[in-house]
Amino acid sequence: MLPASLLVASFVIFAALYLAPGSPIAALSGGRPLPPGSVQILEQRYHLNEPFLAQYWYWLDNALHGNLGISITLRENVSTLIASRIWTTAGLVLYASVIIVVLGIGLGVVSGLRPGALDTSALVVTAVSAAIPAFVAAIVLIMLFAVKLGWFPALGNGTGFASNVRHFTLPAVALATVSLGIVARVTRASVRQEGDREYVQTAVSRGLPARAVIQRHIVRNAAIPITTITGITIASLIAVSAVVEVAFSLNGLGSYLVQAAQTKDLAVVQGISLVLVTAFVVVNLLVDVLCAMLDPRVTLGSDRR
Amino acid sequence: MSAVSTAGAAARPWSRGLASLRATGPAGVASAVVIAAAMFAAAFGPLLAPYNPDLPNLSLAWAGPTGGHLLGYDVEGRDVLSRLLAGAQTAMLGPLAVVILSVTAGTLLAVTAAWRRGASDAVISSGLDIVFAFPGILLAVLAAAVFGAGLPAAAIALSIAYLPYIARVLRGAALRERSQPYVAALEVQGAPAASICLRHVIPNIGPLIAAQATILFGSAMIDLAAISFLGLGVQPPAANWGVMISENQVGIVQGYPLPALAAGICIVTVVIAVNVLGERLFDQARAARR
Amino acid sequence: MSGPAAASAPTSVLLEVEHLTVLLDVDGAKRAVLRDVSLTVRPGEAVGLVGESGAGKSVTARAIDRLLPRGAEVQGSIRFAGADVGGLTGADLRRYHSQVAMIFQDPRAHTNPVRRIGDFMTEALRTNLGVPAAEARRRAVDMLTQVGFADGARRLRQYPHQLSGGMLQRVMIAAALLTGPRLLLADEPTTALDVTTQAEVMAILDGLRRACGLAMLFITHDLELAAAICDRTAVMYAGQIVEIRASALLHGDPLHPYTAALAAARPDVARTAHRLRAIPGRPLSAFEAPPGQCAFAPRCPHASDICREAVPGLVQLDGGVSRCARAGELRGQLQAAADG
Repeated sequence: MLPASLLVASFVIFAALYLAPGSPIAALSGGRPLPPGSVQILEQRYHLNEPFLAQYWYWLDNALHGNLGISITLRENVSTLIASRIWTTAGLVLYASVIIVVLGIGLGVVSGLRPGALDTSALVVTAVSAAIPAFVAAIVLIMLFAVKLGWFPALGNGTGFASNVRHFTLPAVALATVSLGIVARVTRASVRQEGDREYVQTAVSRGLPARAVIQRHIVRNAAIPITTITGITIASLIAVSAVVEVAFSLNGLGSYLVQAAQTKDLAVVQGISLVLVTAFVVVNLLVDVLCAMLDPRVTLGSDRR
Repeated sequence: MSAVSTAGAAARPWSRGLASLRATGPAGVASAVVIAAAMFAAAFGPLLAPYNPDLPNLSLAWAGPTGGHLLGYDVEGRDVLSRLLAGAQTAMLGPLAVVILSVTAGTLLAVTAAWRRGASDAVISSGLDIVFAFPGILLAVLAAAVFGAGLPAAAIALSIAYLPYIARVLRGAALRERSQPYVAALEVQGAPAASICLRHVIPNIGPLIAAQATILFGSAMIDLAAISFLGLGVQPPAANWGVMISENQVGIVQGYPLPALAAGICIVTVVIAVNVLGERLFDQARAARR
Repeated sequence: MSGPAAASAPTSVLLEVEHLTVLLDVDGAKRAVLRDVSLTVRPGEAVGLVGESGAGKSVTARAIDRLLPRGAEVQGSIRFAGADVGGLTGADLRRYHSQVAMIFQDPRAHTNPVRRIGDFMTEALRTNLGVPAAEARRRAVDMLTQVGFADGARRLRQYPHQLSGGMLQRVMIAAALLTGPRLLLADEPTTALDVTTQAEVMAILDGLRRACGLAMLFITHDLELAAAICDRTAVMYAGQIVEIRASALLHGDPLHPYTAALAAARPDVARTAHRLRAIPGRPLSAFEAPPGQCAFAPRCPHASDICREAVPGLVQLDGGVSRCARAGELRGQLQAAADG
């Protein structure tokens, strides 16, 4: 099902060319005046005189071979432009994912296992965290940690690995904020739910030590819904990273996508959209595989969502 | 039906709604009050604003709070409080439109799929699964690139992106309703399918629809504000909380965080209220189902 | 038999429950679900615990096995092999758990769906008793054979969803016996199964129990089933014990009107009747029972004023006990009333 989604998504992205008001030429040029002769070049390159589906096939074929067209504003290969920026986005998403997994799941498990003061405060913190969108978190973090405290730089990528990590910390936290709250809450709820299960009672009635009960039954079973929600939220990071990149002036795919959308550089928009949608689908696929591994009742290919 | 009973039937949804609101506890009621206040500001914001939210006066840019200007001035010398009130309009009505669109379409698709089952269900479910591949923000950016930046395009794009999620949740509930004995009884009596769906199935999954709609409002608010922040939704200089954050972001590094922060706090407050209320409504709907 | 049997040496009584009262959180308030329950189980003896839903049978078993939910209030004493159970903690509590094994009603809910059968059966041996994995597996296969599986080794690798309810219950019985317990608490082990499987599983349970010489507390709502496999049977109503008697005598000569009514309510294949004999009213939980009187009085055909004056105490009669204020008077008449 997911590969089919990807195919249809690529079709939609391609068809955007024709959904735009005006002719495809106008869309490709973004409404800019074109020098004479360019029209023929564009028609040839994009096979505009051939049937619709054939055009789609050419575009897809090119895309699969790494050729995503030319940026009308920067006059460079879209693929080159993507390649130079993809590690920024990937690094940002990875950094945020680590924060979500370690802090979110960690907090969720601890507060799920121990009702009490820690739990109530965790509930409040995660409720607030889940409500702070990335760009709001961005300005708060910049205000507190970059301007007031000066611990982290406010903008830019930085150069060199250590500098990159410093520059990416605030953006990664901003990106992780909402997901952190959601994952922590779902983790806590799952751990609670598992703790009430009858097979946990069976384990206790046999005298299993508390730690074994928690590890072998509670956390092990809660891992299934926890993996699902973590995977889904990490997949959503792929799109939200654009907002964070803009807020922190990071040189990634997302900020470039937004620029291209503003300047109507359609080839770039299509190229980056295709890359991001593919990444999104791949992450979802990985989540499905992981869940099938964790739950022997599920066979891959069955609709278990 | 006599006039008395139809009046009774109309009164019941309201009193039931209020009763279930009261049942969400103090946190739920407080959240509802916050949301109502925001809706009020959205409806009457421009009238309530003490000063003109759109008139720039660069000589006053970034000036701090003074008497009469509780929150100071923004990057272009406009009164922040007035701008917040005016901005409530698009900040609240945009998500409302998204929710109305996606919940209506989602309910229709879900009930149709659940009612007809078989091939129709398979087609609708697969179709929804395919749309699932598009994160909301991405679709909105694509729409902005194709149709030009603006709130309507973004709102429609988000509605489409949310459709699979809400339709899937409601389809499950509709399937459960469909297999209840009273539905079979009505069918046997010869009631037409549309009538059963409209007068029985949908009202019975009503609490779940309300809960999901509330939760969806929060997501739509965040996504639309983000898109406006990116400059692809509501366009500056129009007042909008997301736009305000984008406009006033430069002030933060320069030492004037208040305008951007104020807009951010407005967004977060409404989203928290919506999440709290939505969660409680959801718990209620689930408990009622058992 | 309850009361001052303190003169008996510890080894003649394995489990001794005295004046057990349990309060649980019901709808936000603490309510009594067990009131003054006392019973004993001797080594190797099978005692049945019979009653309708809400009578408190499951709670009794869970109280004995220290499985009550957090926030439960327990009064009275439970002694196992002379030692007080309520105060056990840590390693002592775990040792107690390996000596008292519980078999639950719904085997599917009580087995972890993501772990294999082999893991389920051997986890107590490996983590609690320190038995090496290979040896634990060997014992598990051995026990599976004893409960009727021909292909034990293959079963160890399977998951619970691949086995039927009856098979899972046999696995649960095998797992319970693996730790070498001295007392088995069986909480309606066959209620969730279909009739033919019930008979099969009961036969295995009964046979193995006798072979291993285990004591058992067998909980059921079926008076005849309890009478068939238990030496003595206790009957519960509204959180109290109302009768304890040798099973052989229980049916023919009940000492409490409730027992007689239960026995009469069961349809008899051999006879025709115009209508099923039900007990009027509905079974109560301990906290719903009218205070200060016999809990069964509102539904009892033999109730009189003395029954409504005070909660009846336990009266010893002919080797059994009865909580009926008129037990002595009604002696011998109860079965006749049931038959008539």
